Amino acid sequence: MAVIVLGIETSCDETAAAVVALEGSVPVVRSNLVRAQIALHEPYGGVVPEIAARAHLGLLDRLISRALAEAGVGLTEIDGIAAAAGPGLIGGLVVGTTMGKAIAWAARKPFLAVNHLEGHALSVRLTEGVPFPYLLLLVSGGHSQLLVCSAVGGYTRLGTTLDDAAGEAFDKTAKLLGLGYPGGPAIERAAREGDPRRFSLPRPMRGRPGCDFSFSGLKTAVREIVARRPNLGPRDVADLAAAIELAISDVLAERTGRAIRIFCERHPEGRALVAAGGVAANQRLRRRLSALAEDCGLDFVAPAPAICTDNAAMIAWAGIERLRLGFVDALDAAARPRWPLDTRSERKG
Amino acid sequence: MREERQLRRVPRPIYIKEAMIPIELPTEGATVALAASFARRALAGDVIALEGELGTGKTTFARAFIRARGKGDEEVPSPTFTLVQVYDESEPPIWHFDLYRLEEPEEAFELGIEEAFLDGISLIEWPERLGALLPRRRLLLRLFFGERRESRRAELAADPRWKERLEEIAAAL
Repeated sequence: MAVIVLGIETSCDETAAAVVALEGSVPVVRSNLVRAQIALHEPYGGVVPEIAARAHLGLLDRLISRALAEAGVGLTEIDGIAAAAGPGLIGGLVVGTTMGKAIAWAARKPFLAVNHLEGHALSVRLTEGVPFPYLLLLVSGGHSQLLVCSAVGGYTRLGTTLDDAAGEAFDKTAKLLGLGYPGGPAIERAAREGDPRRFSLPRPMRGRPGCDFSFSGLKTAVREIVARRPNLGPRDVADLAAAIELAISDVLAERTGRAIRIFCERHPEGRALVAAGGVAANQRLRRRLSALAEDCGLDFVAPAPAICTDNAAMIAWAGIERLRLGFVDALDAAARPRWPLDTRSERKG
Repeated sequence: MREERQLRRVPRPIYIKEAMIPIELPTEGATVALAASFARRALAGDVIALEGELGTGKTTFARAFIRARGKGDEEVPSPTFTLVQVYDESEPPIWHFDLYRLEEPEEAFELGIEEAFLDGISLIEWPERLGALLPRRRLLLRLFFGERRESRRAELAADPRWKERLEEIAAAL
């Protein structure tokens, strides 16, 4: 008997809907749509992310219909509706959760208010079946966190960014180099031919106690180098891109190394280091993390890029995990623009 | 496609010709101290517009401002991705906007600017994106890179609501 959940993700730029089923003990992504994929089929809306809630609103019903159709299920066969309820932009969150609640009410199904970060945190259990506990490095345009995941709903934050997120550091330095958006893939492409040692960039927070990150000093350093070279050639751009990629990877690896030591001390039974979020798609970072995990006797696991970046399959999956444990939400559950995963850090939000 | 859209003309706010007060900020600590001195005097309805290139210290200023009105250890992540972060433990609440990704001024309504301008304290990075929606009653702080890596310069302009408070700040600097 399969457990099937519809997932809705509208917490930031992407409008996404997905259907995930747990067939026996095997999770199956029946459909996983983000707006960009829809736009490929229909000359409508475009693929440029828009922040306006009305953009989510205009797309979501068609997206949900299509996700259900692709999955070959109707609302009567769904066991629950999961929507990302935070953290994120309030307008989008309200659209997604209201839609989810309305469907849940009309179809008389349970509603699940999912934390977007929990979606990322649990996604590796959907794709790779990683058992608890594991250490998670979540790095995206909006988040940089190190979390111990010990159960559904059981997360301990070891570190977070003090200023910019890792993805933001890629975006902003890419802009300084005149590379495209998003910055991560643009820097990675440009860095391929570059010499990462020609320019020296700072490694913020390196050697400092704790597992927090800082990236804002990097953009200042890059700007200085760019300002000294009015005629920035392709060679310079490639070398600088390589230096940026190395610096960000170094910082993430050093901080993750510290977190691994804490994790292994607290959870000797832990087996895996997991990377999720858009920045986890970076190959240099993956190699670094993989070597780091191996040194400590851990497996390194990163979901495929389609599950790493914002998507609704991870929301549907978190919904399944919560539904199985009876963590169902009332229809008056509020959207929460700030919603830390680790409630003990809630004060700081 | 994003790049093309960035080329589109961003409506510039119409500034009344006003005297800009220059401020030297030799260190990051000076930016933090300046932010704290504004924070101590800020009132509900204040709008503080923070202009300046990437890396000039807009977020550093905002972070120091928010911490000076709070417990001092608040996490103040860059709002570039989320566009706005509201600190409602503060009284009045502080709205920290980063409008860099805004494409049309009207999109700011979705972020709650009306509520923020009415009874919150608003810190706005990339206020140029608001065009004519930026209130005339605002304090404008323009940040520039200085001679050395850590030094910055600032220019300040403010509406009359700030007059006495600015005199106090100037006396204290």
